[in-house]
Amino acid sequence: MRRRHAVTALLLLAVVALFALPLVIDSGSDFAGSDSQATELIEESDPGYQPWFSSVFSPGSAEVESGLFALQAALGGGVLGYALGRLRGRRLAEKPAAPPPGQP
Amino acid sequence: MHIAEGFLPPAHAIGWTIAAAPFVAHGARAVVKEVREHPEATLLLGAAGAFTFVLSALKLPSVTGSSSHPTGTGLGAVLFRPPVMALLGTIVLLFQALLLAHGGITTLGANAFSMAIVGPWAGYGAYRLVQRCGGGLLGGVFAGMAVSDLATYVTTALQLAWAHPDAESGFVGAAVKFLGVFAVTQIPLAIGEGFLGVLLFRVLTVNARPELERLGVLPGLEPEKAPGLEPEKAPGGER
Repeated sequence: MRRRHAVTALLLLAVVALFALPLVIDSGSDFAGSDSQATELIEESDPGYQPWFSSVFSPGSAEVESGLFALQAALGGGVLGYALGRLRGRRLAEKPAAPPPGQP
Repeated sequence: MHIAEGFLPPAHAIGWTIAAAPFVAHGARAVVKEVREHPEATLLLGAAGAFTFVLSALKLPSVTGSSSHPTGTGLGAVLFRPPVMALLGTIVLLFQALLLAHGGITTLGANAFSMAIVGPWAGYGAYRLVQRCGGGLLGGVFAGMAVSDLATYVTTALQLAWAHPDAESGFVGAAVKFLGVFAVTQIPLAIGEGFLGVLLFRVLTVNARPELERLGVLPGLEPEKAPGLEPEKAPGGER
């Protein structure tokens, strides 16, 4: 059990380190989104191209946009947590009915 | 991997939409069938969709000095096979196109093709391959998550290179440029997504063992399948 927790902690640490590292070693860059970089690349290499359709709705400001992104993450996180919690509850509810094999 | 609204010429936009549509329709049928035949799988299905929802909202920094987001489509592909993700991934893309001006309606087909179709299938292939080569379940999950992420971005780069070939070096030159933007940035993110997938799977193998056994992700514990033990396992379950 101890080893299991240690592995979990190490995995979490690896994920955090992976995304903290760029910020530490390259604090000068602005970390622009790769999607908008690709758009710039098209405008550069194909200056005659005119986008022929624009978004039906654009969040007016960067604040509103980040809020909507947060909403997306919150919805996903909420549903994910709910599903995992329900699954865990399902296992706990099953236990008294069927004791694990090995315990007579 | 979101191609911005209007940035694919009409012929490409229509072509990718036609190409993606049958996969999404097939995926919708797969989801309905799964829910109808195995109502107890709905929770896991929701978890797979929610995982994609969270991960594709997170823009993470990469060592290239730009940021990008993971896709999270590998989990559902490993659990339920890839068709299911064609629908779930497209729903995420539609949400972002309509509310966040991220991606678009005209590019939905192309974006769905990369994130909801190629990514999950490539990830599923990697998952199966690594397992067959003795990488174990978690090794397979890591490969499945990372490859589905990376394959999505490689597909986007190729789609853009096809639509906007370089004036001098043509498709190949443009592909190199777009891959430079997308694929290189994505490598650390794909590795991170692989770790996240392993973390989540470690939780699932404890809390969703019967569901995973039914889906064939975990082998149905052979030694305990002795006939004497079977009747004990049958009852139970709150559904």
